[in-house]
Amino acid sequence: MEYAAPRSLDEAIGLLSQVGVDARPMAGGTDLLVQLRTGTRRPKLLVDLKQIPGLCGIDCGSQGFRIGAAVSGAEIGECLPLREAWPGVVEATELIGSTQIQGRASLGGNLCNASPAADSVPALIAAGAVCTVIGPGGRREVPVEEVVRGPGETTLSEAEIVVDFRLPQPQEGTGDAYQRMIPRTEMDIAIVGAGVSLRLAESGECLACRVALGAVAARPIRVDAAAEALIDRRPDAAALGELAAQASAAADPIDDKRGTRAYRSRVAGVLARRAAEMALRRAGPRRVAGSPAS
Amino acid sequence: MTQKTRDDQTLKWVGTRPIRPDGVEKVTGRARYGADFARPDMLWAKVLRSPHAHARIRSIDVREALALDGVKAIVTGDDLPEIASEQAFVGEEPTDYRMMSQNVLARGKVGYVGHAIAAVAATTSAVAEEALGLIEVDYEILPHVLDAVSAIAPDAPLVHDDLCDRKGEKKAPSNIANEVEMGHGDPEAAFASADFVIDRSFTTQAVHQGYIEPHACLAEAGPDGQVTIWCSSQGQFMIRGYTAKLLGLDLAQVRVVPAEIGGGFGGKTTVYLEPLAVALSQRSGRPVKMVMSREEVFRATGPASASRIRVKIGATRAGNFVAGEAWLDYEAGAFPGSSVAAGSMTIFAPYAFEHARSHGRDILVNKPKSAAYRAPGAPMAAFAVESVVDDLARQLEIDPIDLRLQNAAQEGVQSSFGPRYKRIGFVETLEAAQAHPHYDAPLKANQGRGVAAGMWFNAGLQSSAAVMVNADGSISVISGNPDIGGSRASLAMMAAEEFGIAYEKVGVRIGDTASVGYNDVTGGSRVTLATGKMVVEASRQVIAQLCERAAKVWDVDVERVQWADGKATVPDDDTIKPLGLAEIATGAGRTGGPIQASASGSVRGVGMSFAVHLCDVEVDPETGKVDVIRYTAFQDAGRAIHPSYVEGQIQGGAVQGIGWALNEAYVFDESGRLENPGFLDYRMPVASDLPMIDAVIIEVANPDHPYGVRGVGEAPIVPPIPAVANAVRAATGVRFSDLPLSPPRVLDALDPAS
Ligand SMILES: Cc1cc2nc3c(=O)[nH]c(=O)nc-3n(C[C@H](O)[C@H](O)[C@H](O)COP(=O)(O)OP(=O)(O)OC[C@H]3O[C@@H](n4cnc5c(N)ncnc54)[C@H](O)[C@@H]3O)c2cc1C
Repeated sequence: MEYAAPRSLDEAIGLLSQVGVDARPMAGGTDLLVQLRTGTRRPKLLVDLKQIPGLCGIDCGSQGFRIGAAVSGAEIGECLPLREAWPGVVEATELIGSTQIQGRASLGGNLCNASPAADSVPALIAAGAVCTVIGPGGRREVPVEEVVRGPGETTLSEAEIVVDFRLPQPQEGTGDAYQRMIPRTEMDIAIVGAGVSLRLAESGECLACRVALGAVAARPIRVDAAAEALIDRRPDAAALGELAAQASAAADPIDDKRGTRAYRSRVAGVLARRAAEMALRRAGPRRVAGSPAS
Repeated sequence: MTQKTRDDQTLKWVGTRPIRPDGVEKVTGRARYGADFARPDMLWAKVLRSPHAHARIRSIDVREALALDGVKAIVTGDDLPEIASEQAFVGEEPTDYRMMSQNVLARGKVGYVGHAIAAVAATTSAVAEEALGLIEVDYEILPHVLDAVSAIAPDAPLVHDDLCDRKGEKKAPSNIANEVEMGHGDPEAAFASADFVIDRSFTTQAVHQGYIEPHACLAEAGPDGQVTIWCSSQGQFMIRGYTAKLLGLDLAQVRVVPAEIGGGFGGKTTVYLEPLAVALSQRSGRPVKMVMSREEVFRATGPASASRIRVKIGATRAGNFVAGEAWLDYEAGAFPGSSVAAGSMTIFAPYAFEHARSHGRDILVNKPKSAAYRAPGAPMAAFAVESVVDDLARQLEIDPIDLRLQNAAQEGVQSSFGPRYKRIGFVETLEAAQAHPHYDAPLKANQGRGVAAGMWFNAGLQSSAAVMVNADGSISVISGNPDIGGSRASLAMMAAEEFGIAYEKVGVRIGDTASVGYNDVTGGSRVTLATGKMVVEASRQVIAQLCERAAKVWDVDVERVQWADGKATVPDDDTIKPLGLAEIATGAGRTGGPIQASASGSVRGVGMSFAVHLCDVEVDPETGKVDVIRYTAFQDAGRAIHPSYVEGQIQGGAVQGIGWALNEAYVFDESGRLENPGFLDYRMPVASDLPMIDAVIIEVANPDHPYGVRGVGEAPIVPPIPAVANAVRAATGVRFSDLPLSPPRVLDALDPAS
């Protein structure tokens, strides 16, 4: 097996297209190295993405945020403006693994590993994140929910990589949150994950809402029926109950060693509701982007 | 010299908390564990394991694998000697040498997925791994049984068709490998006189000991037949004995050098790799190293048995236990030897029953052979009996600790497993729990508190130790027991106490099998108790010699010499200047040569340990998740030589028990393949899952030990399962009788899915 650490996107794409299916991009390696060890993947070339400027760093501007696809969870957690604007995305990212894993794990890797249970992905989908994908065929913008096809499989074509994630500056009255169920407190894989982002009008009515679930289908899913339970309504107990019911109904999980189908479906509703409640609290006392939370 | 049990007033070291001698090495990563040994020209070996739960091996073809460049030797079952049926005692779980040999390398038949079939030694582990893929095994797949209920059904496939009983007689074909029965009185008749009878059944799943260090060894067989093994285990003498037996070697030809051990908990009281490594080294003429992967540890080393237990207890309205009866079925795995006998012995042990009986069955299934796990057999039994006691307390409206106090076993009581109790500290332990602020601290909604008790025998067994006086007056102690829980420190403290010198002046080393007398395994919570007793005995012999040497120097009658505070003195003559240890040691060459002694014995006078745990949980009614929010563990340690290590044992036992209660479980698919052979999906608790475990040490001295030690390592894993289950009962109103109390199971019981 060979290892390359290109310093530019062109060089990386060049290497990946040359070697084809036997090449594998690598960010933090926290999924990839485990897969190499167990023999699930046997690439001939590892292309380390962490030396490429476009995949590193976080930019915060008036237009919003650009998060490099190889940026580690620890860096994301330390980015105060991002924490403030999208606390749900940051809390989901920080749930990945442990302190050690946080030093390596990236959003690009979490997404492209294509696990149905990846923690940051439902939060990113709920927040409306869009990623920039670059490959031999050029550059395209893809909503996060369109990247994962099924377990271990993405819609990226050969030699394409995710370069960064874009999030807008949240409009006034926005709140987001992520909740996950694991039987322990860390070092485990989500049995259910739920991300919600929503926006409240001054009147308290819900103007917009996006709900996404992880670990309850072959890939992270956006659940519009659950979101619609809140949109144009006051988010009262009845509306939240409807959101929970819709989330449970949309869940199409498997029975496995990690959780039963029935359990996952029920808890999908519970967590979607709890995430919505948290998002509401965050949206509640209006915050101006960039100023410290009260 | 006087023989005495030391009391608190005169103690300098016992009860203090000095730094352990092995501490710095371990925290700086320099300590050498099983996988840290290497020899020039060493080969790496890997094991081919069965993909089937039950199959006949028609043939094994290793020709292609042997032809692979770099492969130096291969062994299969045919290469090991046939071993006659003979009971081997591993310290904690019974086993038979013939079966042990078959478990190490399958003969004729495989009994579980993961069963070793062949081992390959090659120049690199990658080559060895590749060679495994070239071995052709022709299997005839047989129907399998995966649980105790199906295993005893009349038409069940037989895991073995050639079982023998303890006398070596062939038994009628059955998957019930062994049955035990014990007790006294006539419970059946006595139940009629009870006002309340509770009769309930419980199940528990197989769980792994979860030691951090996988099994590992390095073996070197010389051309002269001498064999050296470096490995991590709970007993270098056990490794030597079993390896020699399985390979037909003389014990004198085998030397085992103990490595540090990264956890064993009973799981390292048998052999898996060592006989293979030695056999491969004999064939290749080169040293052979083997290290299991975590997956192999899960698939092929012993878990604690899964169990089904029915318990029936009758009590009077006033809360007196009238009778108890229990039926215990433990899964042995593919070879006989579960911990069901110990489970049957401990199940009613904490209580004074006029009528008590337990019936245990050791049941064969096509799963890995079970192994000892910390108080083997007792935690599952405690889960059953302590849940029933909790229900009785509710029904009788008696405080659960009062109910236990009312029925508590104490000195003179006839135990359910035979002997009458000597001085034990169960009552004191219950009282300490009841008086603790935890017991009536307020609880919030969805929270509940559980209490449970448990008992463990502790073991004496055979121990040896050597004590030597060095020329500078420092003392070297050699123990033959791997130090798992801080025993170097405890042994050094007892020696320092005996000699009246500083703890730092005592060096404790763990000897290999050629440098100290025989020792049974580090198991049964026995080392501080039994090997400690031998260290004290050898120290007293050395002190007697020191007094003789001083008497010689002074030319006085030895009867007049006394040892105190590190010096020989003549109390009845103050003109004689005391002689210090160093002075006597320096002059030893002129008074009779080196001064040293060793002591060996079958140590009697074990002190049984009782533990009482208080557990608070909070249950999330919408997800079924149980969080342990407060936990206090009370235990009679007899005497805590080094309280930090007693607390460490109590905390570790509590945590393992909590894991067993909440989320740990082997998950098998229908074909008998373990689906969670790793720590991601075999869910042991992580540090952030738990509150600080408060340990409260009670000291009711064991009258049969010079420092009152009882042994502490195992009792703390006995009460946690029922403590958690009783807390969940209190929080939710639901009695759970099946483990684990995982979120799906709890949610389903709280609010059954429609
Ligand atoms: C102990 C442990 C605990 C864990 N806990 C969690 C957890 O709680 N929650 C969770 O969601 N995950 C968890 N994980 C999984 C893993 O840490 C995360 O998925 C992490 O985000 C992966 O990021 P990475 O940068 O390490 O990815 P890598 O391992 O580098 O890559 C993962 C995959 O994505 C591909 N890839 C990486 N970057 C790109 C890119 N920019 N473009 C295209 N393809 C790319 C790689 O080729 C590879 O196939 C855990 C892993 C471990 C070892």
